[in-house]
Amino acid sequence: MSNIVELSIAKAITAGLRKALTDNEKVLVFGQDIAQLGGVFRVTEGLHAEFGQKRVFNSPIAEAGIVGTAIGLAMRGYRPVAEIQFDGFIFPAFNQITSQLAKLQNRSEGYMTMPVVIRVPYGGGIGAVEHHSESPEGYFARTAGLRVLTPSNPNDAYWMIQEAIASTDPVMFFEPKRRYWQKGPVNLDAPPQPTYQARVLREGTNVTLATYGPMVATALQAAELAAEEGTSIEVIDLRSLSPIDFGTIINSVKKTGRLVVAHEDSTNLSISSEISARITEEAFYHLEAPVLRVGGFDVPYPSAKLEEMFLPDADRILEAVDRALAY
Amino acid sequence: MVQFLNPEGEFGVPKGLEAYGKYLDALTEADYLKFYRDMARMRRFDVEAHALQRQGQLGLWIPAIGQEAAQIGSGYGVRGNDHIFPSYREHGVAITHGIELMSILKMLRGVNHGGWNPEETRFHLYAIVLGTQTLHATGYAMGVAFDGKVGTGNKEEDLAVITYVGDGATAEGEVSESFLFAANNKSPLVYFCQNNQWAISSPSASQTTVPLFKRGAGFGVPGVRIDGNDVLASYAVTAKHMDDAREGSGPFFIEALTYRIGAHTSSDDPTKYRDQAEVDHWVARDPLKRFEKFLRRQGVGEDFFAEVEAAGEALATEIRDATFALTEPPLENMFNHVYSEPHPRIDEQFEWLKRYEASFGEGNE
Repeated sequence: MSNIVELSIAKAITAGLRKALTDNEKVLVFGQDIAQLGGVFRVTEGLHAEFGQKRVFNSPIAEAGIVGTAIGLAMRGYRPVAEIQFDGFIFPAFNQITSQLAKLQNRSEGYMTMPVVIRVPYGGGIGAVEHHSESPEGYFARTAGLRVLTPSNPNDAYWMIQEAIASTDPVMFFEPKRRYWQKGPVNLDAPPQPTYQARVLREGTNVTLATYGPMVATALQAAELAAEEGTSIEVIDLRSLSPIDFGTIINSVKKTGRLVVAHEDSTNLSISSEISARITEEAFYHLEAPVLRVGGFDVPYPSAKLEEMFLPDADRILEAVDRALAY
Repeated sequence: MVQFLNPEGEFGVPKGLEAYGKYLDALTEADYLKFYRDMARMRRFDVEAHALQRQGQLGLWIPAIGQEAAQIGSGYGVRGNDHIFPSYREHGVAITHGIELMSILKMLRGVNHGGWNPEETRFHLYAIVLGTQTLHATGYAMGVAFDGKVGTGNKEEDLAVITYVGDGATAEGEVSESFLFAANNKSPLVYFCQNNQWAISSPSASQTTVPLFKRGAGFGVPGVRIDGNDVLASYAVTAKHMDDAREGSGPFFIEALTYRIGAHTSSDDPTKYRDQAEVDHWVARDPLKRFEKFLRRQGVGEDFFAEVEAAGEALATEIRDATFALTEPPLENMFNHVYSEPHPRIDEQFEWLKRYEASFGEGNE
C-alpha cells in the first residue's frame, strides 16, 4: 500500500527539505529569516529546531553574499539550499548566479561540481507591494549552466525539491507562492516521474495548452470551462524550464495541431517565446494555427489593485484558445 | 606600517612587532634563497609573457611587476592544507603553490579558463569579475569551520583560507558582504589586499577615503598595513594571521602597500594617467632589488645571483617553446561540463555542430 499524505505545496517542500536534511548531512538550509521564523512563508518551519543551527541558519540580508557563500560551501563539499525571500530580491545575487554559479563547472573543466539549490517564491496574485510578485524565471532558464524547476502541486513539490538537492548541477527552484496553500496528495514512497519531464495533466484533442507553476491551476480551470462548451484542451505542466521537455509538447501538438503557451511572466523574450520558436521549427507541418502566447504585459509588474488585469486568467487563456481554433 | 627590510635592504624588527618577528627567526638561509629565486622567477616570467603578448602569442597579458614581494612572501605564509582564492594577477602566489606556469599562459592565450584542479592544488581559479572570489573564500572558510577544522590544536588538520583582492576591487559590494559573513561566522579567512595604487586608471584614493586596512573594522574584520615591497613583512604577517585564523580568531585583513610598475594589462596605456616621476619613484623601491641588497648584506655571493639569472633565461626559453607548441583546444571543451548531468539542449547543439563541421569533409569544401 502506498504511503500517501495530504499536504499543501508549502508543507510538501518542508517535508522534502526535512527528508534531504535527514538523508545527507552535507545538506545545509539557509536564507533570510528561515530559522526560528521558518521563513516568511513558513516553508522551513520547524527545521531549525529539528536540525540545529549548524544545518539550518539565518543569513544576513545580503543576497549576493547568500549565493556567493553557497558557492564556497559547495566547493567545500556541502549541498547548500539557499532561500531568496522574494522573486524581486534576487537581482543583487544576479552576478553570483549567472557569472559564477552557472559557469564554474564549465570553467573548471569539470573539476568542480556545483550542487547548489536556490529556492525562490515567485509570481503574483497575493496583493503584495512592489518587487514581491515577479516572475524572473526567464533570466535563469536562458542562462547556460543552470537548471530551472518549478512544481505546481504538492507531490511534485515534495519530490522535485529533493531531486534538485540531489543534482550535482545548480538548480533554480521556483515556488508558486500564490499556490503555497493549495493541498493535494503526496506519495511518500515513489517519485512520480523523471525530474525534467513535462506531464500531460489532462488529455484533450483540440488545443494543447502548455504552462507551469502558478498558472497550472488556471489552465486546468480554463480546460474545464472549455469542456463545457465542447472544446477539448490538453493541458501540459512543463515542470522543468531548463531543460524544457519539447518532446512532450511536440507529441501533443501532433495530435491537436494547436498550441497556446501561458505564464505570468511578460511574453516578450520569455519561456513562451522560446517554445513558440522551437515548436515552429520542429513541428511546423503539424500546426493548424500559429503558436499563441498568453502572459503578463511588457510592463513593470503593476501595483496590487491592477494585478488582476495583468495576470492571465482562464478567460484570457480561452480567448487565445478561440483564436487558435479560428484558423 | 609593518616593515622589516628598509629600501636599502637593512633588516630590523621594530619594537612592538615581535609577534611577527618570531616568524622570521624561524627562517633559514635556504628559505631566503627560495624567496629570492621565486621572486626572480616571477619577474622573468612576467617579462617573457609580456613579450609573447606583443608578438601575438597571447591574447592578453596581466603584468605583476613590482608585486613580487607581496605575492611570494604571502604565498609562502600559506601552509599545506590552506586554500587560496586569487584574483587574476596572482602569478607569484601560483608559483609558490606549484601551479604550472603554462596553465596561466594557456588561459591568456585563450586555450581555456585555467585548467588546473582547484581542490587538488588548493589554488582556486582566477576570478575576473572583481571581488566575487571573496565570497567564495568566505563560504569555503565557513565550511571549514563546519567541518571542525579550526582551533582543534591539531596543526596537521586545521586549515585557513586566504583570498587576494586588489585596491580597486575593495569598492565592490560583494567584498563588503564577505566581510560581514566572515565576521559573523568567525571564519578562518585572511584577506590579502595588494594595494598597487592603481585600478586601471583610477588611483586608490578614488576608491576609498579611509585607509583600506581600516575598511573591515566596522564589520568586525581588523586589519594591518604592511610594506608590500618587503618580502619578509609579507611572509611574516601572512604566516601569523593564517595561524591565528586556523586557531579560531576569525577573519583578518592585510593591506600590502605596493605599486603596479607595469600597465593594468597589455591593453592599457598608463602614460595617459600617471607621471613618469611617480613610476621612477617606485622603480627605485623595486622589491627584488631590495631583497637582493639584503641577501648581499647577509653574505650571499655573486654565484647565487648568476645562477638565478641563468635559471631565468632557461625559464624564458622553456615557456617560449611551450607557448609555440600549444595546440588548439578540442571543440568539445565548449560543450563539456556546462552541466555535469545530461542536458538535451547542449547535447543537441554539439551533435549539430559536429554534423555541420563534417559536412565540409574532403572534396566538399
